[in-house]
Amino acid sequence: MNETITTATDTNTQNEAAEETTERGSLRWSTVLVWGGVIALLALFGWGLLNANEGRPEEGTVAPDFEMQFFDGYQWKDLENASLEDMQGQVVVLNFWASWCVECRVEADLLESTWRQYRDQGVVFLGVAYVDSEQKSLAYLEEFGITYPNAPDLGSEISNEYKITGVPETFFIGKDGQVSDFVLGPVNATMLQNEIQTLLAQ
Amino acid sequence: MKKPTLYLFLLLSLLLALPAVAQEPVTDDEVNAVARDLYCPVCENTPLDVCPTQACQDWRDEIRMQLAQGKSEEEIQQYFVERYGPRVLAEPPREGFNQIVWLLPIAGVVIGAVLFGLYLNNLRKEGVDETGEVAQSTAPVPPPAADEDEYISRVEKELRE
Amino acid sequence: MIADLGYAAVLLAFAVAVYAAVASAYGAYKNDDRWVESARNSTVIILPLLLLASGLLVTLLLLGDFSVDYVWQVSSREMPTYLKVTALWGGQAGGLLFWNLLLAAFTAAAMLRNWDNQRELMPYALLVGAMTQIFFLGLVAFVENPFARIAGGVIPADGRGLNPLLRHPGMIIHPPMLYLGFTGLTIPYTFAMAALISGKLDDTWIRTTRRWTLVAWLFLSLGLILGGRWAYDVLGWGGYWAWDPVENASFIPWLAGTAFLHSVMIQEKRNMFKVWNMVLVILTYLLVIYGTFIVRSGVISSVHSFAQSAVGPLFFGFLAIMTVFSAYWLLRRRDELSSPNRLESLFSREAAFLLNNFVFMGVLVATFWGTNYPIISELFTGEKVTVGPPFYNRVNGPLFAVLLLLMGVAPLTMWYRSSAERIGMALRWPALAALAVAGVLYFAFDVNSWGALLGMWIVTVSLLLTILEFWKGIRARMKRGEAPWSALSNLMARNRRRYGGYWIHIGVLVMAFGIIGSYFFQQETQIRLRQGESVSLGSYEMTFQGVRQFPGPDDLLIKEASLAITDNGRSVGELTPRTELYTRSGQPMTIPSLRSTIGEDFYVIMVNWETVTSNEATFRLYLNPLINWVWAGGFIFIFGTLIAAWPDPADEKVTAAARARRRAKARPAYGD
Repeated sequence: MNETITTATDTNTQNEAAEETTERGSLRWSTVLVWGGVIALLALFGWGLLNANEGRPEEGTVAPDFEMQFFDGYQWKDLENASLEDMQGQVVVLNFWASWCVECRVEADLLESTWRQYRDQGVVFLGVAYVDSEQKSLAYLEEFGITYPNAPDLGSEISNEYKITGVPETFFIGKDGQVSDFVLGPVNATMLQNEIQTLLAQ
Repeated sequence: MKKPTLYLFLLLSLLLALPAVAQEPVTDDEVNAVARDLYCPVCENTPLDVCPTQACQDWRDEIRMQLAQGKSEEEIQQYFVERYGPRVLAEPPREGFNQIVWLLPIAGVVIGAVLFGLYLNNLRKEGVDETGEVAQSTAPVPPPAADEDEYISRVEKELRE
Repeated sequence: MIADLGYAAVLLAFAVAVYAAVASAYGAYKNDDRWVESARNSTVIILPLLLLASGLLVTLLLLGDFSVDYVWQVSSREMPTYLKVTALWGGQAGGLLFWNLLLAAFTAAAMLRNWDNQRELMPYALLVGAMTQIFFLGLVAFVENPFARIAGGVIPADGRGLNPLLRHPGMIIHPPMLYLGFTGLTIPYTFAMAALISGKLDDTWIRTTRRWTLVAWLFLSLGLILGGRWAYDVLGWGGYWAWDPVENASFIPWLAGTAFLHSVMIQEKRNMFKVWNMVLVILTYLLVIYGTFIVRSGVISSVHSFAQSAVGPLFFGFLAIMTVFSAYWLLRRRDELSSPNRLESLFSREAAFLLNNFVFMGVLVATFWGTNYPIISELFTGEKVTVGPPFYNRVNGPLFAVLLLLMGVAPLTMWYRSSAERIGMALRWPALAALAVAGVLYFAFDVNSWGALLGMWIVTVSLLLTILEFWKGIRARMKRGEAPWSALSNLMARNRRRYGGYWIHIGVLVMAFGIIGSYFFQQETQIRLRQGESVSLGSYEMTFQGVRQFPGPDDLLIKEASLAITDNGRSVGELTPRTELYTRSGQPMTIPSLRSTIGEDFYVIMVNWETVTSNEATFRLYLNPLINWVWAGGFIFIFGTLIAAWPDPADEKVTAAARARRRAKARPAYGD
């Protein structure tokens, strides 16, 4: 707001002198305040921009760890919960899906058959149900006869970590726990085979 | 089977079915009352009671089921938060970082009011302090302004009587 | 070919804008009028260039040239012609081009109109105007090009078609209104900055832009009201304002603009608060840019979509530059802006306006905070949260109540000082009358909510006080022998700003009346009906008679329900809510059917996510009390703004005379 600085009409010379020394001397508080505020705001938004740019986990980086509380009947090694770290040493195919997702149905059969093909070769397929109701998720899994480990994404934490923008999305994680590739949309057979074989060979 | 056995069988089935029939179905309004305060976890800024997608329908069915089980609105909201995160609530949960949603505006208003009051006071004081006279002030009646206002101010002067 | 020509026009416009900036800066530096005039001419030339580009884009839309990506996105063969034209603003890239067109029109007009009487400001006004245009033209030329070809080599046979939501009349006019408001509001900023940079800090920049500000503000207000009506009529959720981030993004600049329109009166009357007025104008401009950005980039919904699109960081960069630029000049000139005048009384009109600004700023900060909080939360905690209506209602509700009361009380105050007793006395009988109204509501209409009662009390008090202002003026004129009607019209004609302002206040109060009714007392119910079954809500009873299905224009498939309505047992006709499905884009819409009366709306939609057969469907019914007062108030509001903004012949004569004088004086200095 406006500073009421006394000027021409004021004949009080003492005041004027005091003003002059303030100007010539240190910065006025209003200047500091305004610039401080502007810089702080811009810095905040700029930092926000940079942060937001992080996006999803990139190839070659360590895949973010997360906890899974499996659906009944879809456990991994008969454990009720497990984390991604527990699976280090195996090739992991991490697939995000939802029962309300039309595109996910396109790849469901393929994922299941490929799982059956590689399950004894050190490959784990993990299904994460994104923002889905338990009933519908289980119904979907039954419909496609899925047998690989599946868990609901409680609190949407896993999707937040992996910066999911929709479903289906699939991440390929190597034996060393690093993200090797990412697919937006349904996977196809050739690509699936290639990815797994490349990772197994490492 | 023989007729009496058949009739006995039917009677028993009816008796077993009675409890289910006796319970009243959950109305759409009851579901909507809960859904209204929740937001679709997937769509943008869409309350759950008006969201047309399949996913939202599934969630409304979920609410219906839980209401039928006798769960309260708070319990259902809690369930949704656990499964889908805090974004399903119409306002951020009042814990941790999110408390500043409310604290900041309140603090802002209070601090703003204090600063504003001080500022007004300052203005007034400076007006009176200088040489004991108020600068550029005349009689209680504001001086007549531009041409178009002169008429009005005359009118107002008359009205003041 | 056409697309190439269109793109060339855009590129050329961009280059011209850059030239205008350079020429005006150089002309100011060298004090050489020829460069400044050249800058003015180039600024004006941008308009026909963009008219050409827009015309070409519309041509492409009409021709259905689907090799152009934008045409494919927003148009299709079956679309009616008028929709193909409005598709110009139906998508991101076209909308930006249209935005630029309006900006160019306003800027050219403002520069031409003020060339003679604001010569000292011109170089800098042209510079600042060019800066804004450079950014937005740059966006269209290099980032969101509406003339870009479709990727891949294959030209699709048909386009996707306009978003079904955009095919309704309300939605057609809503974006242009908002754009007119936004672009118009850049003009006051341009002249304010010109005043700051040139050092010519008297009131001329305000007087120059006063009408612009009011007109731009009118369009923005219209855009907001129309947006609400459209949401109510077409989106089918029974309401008209949801504190959605996109809605808020348009509302926030409106708040700053309204605060400015009030605060500027203090400067004109008492030459005070000039720095604050500058702050408000700058704030309005920055918020317009920020608002435009929010509306088109969806940043609030997903931070990631923001950062991963090129538009986001560019907008941020431009905002940062303009913020620093404005802050620098304001700080540099602030001493020269300070006023020797003082606030003399807390009961003066200056103080009332200050309080008005304080509360408006409060609403602005609260709304801004709520709108942006989801991003802040996501950045700091990684978690997404929603800030919905409960927050806004709880924080803004009381603030609006204060503003509504202030609306009525402020005209009672006088400049310099007024006596608290007189204000108190003037308040007495309206306050009592309002108390009676509240009493009637409580006892006769069973209104229990104290929030609603308080709100109604405030609305009544302020309405009475404002009408009283008219009455005082009319009575004074009648004392001098005028008849009541001519007294009223002369009163309004001779003091347009004041009485236009009072009409605007009345409009807002009437809207508030409607908002209180529909917010506090809405009823709703949802039920599945078989043919012949009925449901009742309030005094209405609705009987389901059946659903029929038929194709509509375009590729529409319509299912329409027939409902017989009775009110208190008396038949009042039929309602026909329907669902519309555009078979190609697969987007379903639910269109409500309403019965509107003065007292309420009976509003029905056919819920389209439950199965609809020819004799069974699910319906949602709303009873919205007093809602039509919101729209009526909107009309009064617009009427008031037109009065306030209407050019005054007396004003014009003064300006023309001043212009002639200045021209005569100025000519000798520049001719050689």
